Amino acid sequence: MEVSLQPAAHTTGRLRDRLSFRDFGRKWKNRGMRLLLLVMAIAAIAPLLSVFIYVFQQGGSSLNWSFFSEVPVPVGETGGGMLNAWVGTVTIVLMASVVGIPWGIAAGIYLSEYGKGKLGNVLRFATDILTSVPSIIIGLFAYAIIVVPLKRFSAHAGAAALAVIMVPFVTRTTEELLKLVPNHVREAGLALGLPRWKVVLWIVLRGSAGGIMTGVMLAVARVAGETAPLLFTAFGNRFLSLSLDQPMATLPVQIYTYAISPYEEWHRQAWAGAFVLVIFVFTLNLFTRLIMARRR
Amino acid sequence: MSKAVALEVSQTVEAGPVKKRDLHLGDRVFFWILRGVATSVILLLAALTLYLFRLSIPAFQTFGAKFLISLEWNPVSEVFGAGPFIYGTVVSSLLALCISVPVSLGVSLFLNELAPKKLADTMGFLVEMLAAIPSVVYGLWGIFVLAPWLRTTVQPLLGKTFGFIPLFQGPPFGVGMLAAGLVLAIMITPTISAICKEVFRAIPDHQREASLALGATRWEMIHMSVIQTARSGILGAVILGLGRAMGETMAVTMVIGNRAEIDISLFAPAQTMASVIANEYAEASSQIHLSSLAAVGLSLFVVSLLINAMARFVVHRVDSRSAKAAH
Amino acid sequence: MKNVMFKLPTLALAAVLWVAAANAADLINGAGATFPYPLYSKWFSDYQKIDRSIQINYQSIGSGGGIRQLIDRTVDFGASDAPMTDEQIQKAKDPVVHVPMVLGAVVVTYNVPGVKAQLKMTPDIVADLFLGKIQKWDDARITKLNPGVAIPKDHPVMVVHRSDGSGTTAIFSDYLSKVSAEWKEKVGTGTALKWPTGLGAKGNEGVTGTVKSTPGTVGYVEYLFAETNQLSMAELKNASGNFVKPNVKSVSQSAKGSLKQIPEDFRVSITNAQGKESYPISGFTYILVYKTLSADKGKKLVSFLKWAVQDGQKTAETLFYAPLPTELVKKIEKKIADIQFK
Repeated sequence: MEVSLQPAAHTTGRLRDRLSFRDFGRKWKNRGMRLLLLVMAIAAIAPLLSVFIYVFQQGGSSLNWSFFSEVPVPVGETGGGMLNAWVGTVTIVLMASVVGIPWGIAAGIYLSEYGKGKLGNVLRFATDILTSVPSIIIGLFAYAIIVVPLKRFSAHAGAAALAVIMVPFVTRTTEELLKLVPNHVREAGLALGLPRWKVVLWIVLRGSAGGIMTGVMLAVARVAGETAPLLFTAFGNRFLSLSLDQPMATLPVQIYTYAISPYEEWHRQAWAGAFVLVIFVFTLNLFTRLIMARRR
Repeated sequence: MSKAVALEVSQTVEAGPVKKRDLHLGDRVFFWILRGVATSVILLLAALTLYLFRLSIPAFQTFGAKFLISLEWNPVSEVFGAGPFIYGTVVSSLLALCISVPVSLGVSLFLNELAPKKLADTMGFLVEMLAAIPSVVYGLWGIFVLAPWLRTTVQPLLGKTFGFIPLFQGPPFGVGMLAAGLVLAIMITPTISAICKEVFRAIPDHQREASLALGATRWEMIHMSVIQTARSGILGAVILGLGRAMGETMAVTMVIGNRAEIDISLFAPAQTMASVIANEYAEASSQIHLSSLAAVGLSLFVVSLLINAMARFVVHRVDSRSAKAAH
Repeated sequence: MKNVMFKLPTLALAAVLWVAAANAADLINGAGATFPYPLYSKWFSDYQKIDRSIQINYQSIGSGGGIRQLIDRTVDFGASDAPMTDEQIQKAKDPVVHVPMVLGAVVVTYNVPGVKAQLKMTPDIVADLFLGKIQKWDDARITKLNPGVAIPKDHPVMVVHRSDGSGTTAIFSDYLSKVSAEWKEKVGTGTALKWPTGLGAKGNEGVTGTVKSTPGTVGYVEYLFAETNQLSMAELKNASGNFVKPNVKSVSQSAKGSLKQIPEDFRVSITNAQGKESYPISGFTYILVYKTLSADKGKKLVSFLKWAVQDGQKTAETLFYAPLPTELVKKIEKKIADIQFK
């Protein structure tokens, strides 16, 4: 149509034809690729929706009060719940946090406040490596250094494995956040005559507490769902156990055991467990997002 | 030692000379506590590495370096080689990458460049939430949703259409290499796309505007100004995704079929380095079996270390380059 | 917000201390065979009603695991369907007592679309299925033996086996080694094998689950797992040439058939037993304890063992395990009485 509007030489006309043909191709390629991107986006979302729907539908419908209030019944009988497992997960994650969070925060403080030297660089390197170690290997390690010498599977061993996973995570978050605190804040504190440790703890650290908190919560959310490091450390326990030097059930391990079993009843409970776990992890994630959004 | 402290302090606090008062007892205690903690983290890693080495010595002594390529894993005759697991880890991770990379690129480009902001925010949020789901939940979903679907729909279709390729031969049973690759793909998509999104976001708008001003279509703009610019960032994201896929244990164990043998078909069961440890470590009864599992663990440790180092190197290069560009 | 940061660890610490302070009943830890797990979980829960002061925590991780964790002394007792090998006993250093608990059968279970009937199988068919030599369900040997059963055409066979160390595997491979020279030579006997074909699943639970959900599969599991999950089981040709269904009676028969061969330490294989009605793949399942136990937990564990070989046997049959022959129970009780405390 453009051609008809513009009288032109024969050769130019042909060129124009070719150009518009090329434009035509570009246009369609543009449309095609945009469509492809849309399809890819849908392809990424679809399995996600499927996971969500199944966990919420199967899990939600399988969830009842006895899930929280009862321990498992013998195989083949219906009823029972995962009281032992969720209490176990809460206990072990708390224990891991008690060790892992202060440890990580302290190492993070070291990195940001004194970390310019050789030791700082080595520590940075070590935390990088530690974050990349697959969690099953941490479990293997905890088995070798805790379970075998103490001759017992225990909540301690499980918590230790989870703490090791938490430490590098918390360390790096703390370091990054403390580095955001401008130097003049430290200087102001020192100028007031405060000792350095007070400046670091009461001014620098408190100033970033909110941010560190979000990092800590993400670390907690991450370890709460860990299964592999608990397989041969915390092991499992059919009973509600509160003794830390004994094997302890955890939600992820119990979900695993139930998922691979042949019993419908156990499958149902596995979905319910997955539902609870996902809700817990999501809540922590949402919470951190809210905090971050507010800070902005 | 107080000299060292003074040095550190003056390094961080660049303003003015350090007062003597800053160095009283409290500070020194504080510093040494922190230093102790920092050393303990390093020692922890050292202990981890040392233990892995120590545990795997018998295996390497018995089987030598051949351990890494031997395809035999036979608990009866006590001959062990990590070949099948290395193959399983590599193939399942590569399969996951093949599926996940285009999808992650697609979703991050779509969200960053094409989608309206509201949609992009919601979808971005959903994808990030995917990363938070524990792997055992993916495994559960894999067993009860993905594997049956593969068995009844996908594998028969693939077998019928591409049956002439050895990759798609064999009976369809759902669980196997394909299922593992798919679950891994779903699990690493949020990782890769989140990093890609950051990389794309870092590209200044004027670069996009420039190509649009030259008359480029949207796609041409994306292709020239976004993808080309972000190439090494994308590579970094892909390598990090690979690292995550290789170390993943539970979801894979639940759907891969756990068989210590190499089969070219994607429908066949297989086993990865992580999944064989999860399956056998608590129950291997002979010393050499145990040690071989530890040696598999050591290999996995080394591989994930290398991969992460590579990713960091690539990302770091991008960082410094974009930092240069910004100046 | 800032305060939370400092309060949280304190709170957590308090919670942990509280948790640590709360003391439960004596916990006896055991781990091992998945084969008797349904029965054990019932026993342990029944026994708790008799003696409130103990809780027996049993984790079914497989017989290989039971033996290994006993050797590592991470558990108070192990459980296995395969007796410990001499080498393992040596590694345990202190003497170990094998206490037979019940008898169980390993059944060949399958999921062939449309086939509800019990398929008849000869030992060589079973061996060839698990060797990967029979690859289609409508193999001539199977159809010939099972006229009138509508076996689907051309349906592929997928073997499901254990991925963990397993006493069920030990019993099953022990049987196959007895009936098939090829199996003996190529694969052998053990709690973990190098399987010629198939996919691995964890525990009797895992194999049952996989067979149940996957058409075309064949696996081997403890009788109860097939029975309670409504899976089909093969009728096997036994040493006397009869086809025998797996059930409590045919398993008891195989134990009776082998009573004379049972040695002092009860480490025995009773697969492929003589006797017209003997089911060929059966075995004892054992609880393994050290001969010298700690006084507090050990005494309680021993009284449980005594209860299990006596009163516990009644529960066995309702859960499809065969009770121990009465002649044997006396011998076992004597053995239990030998256990010492320190």
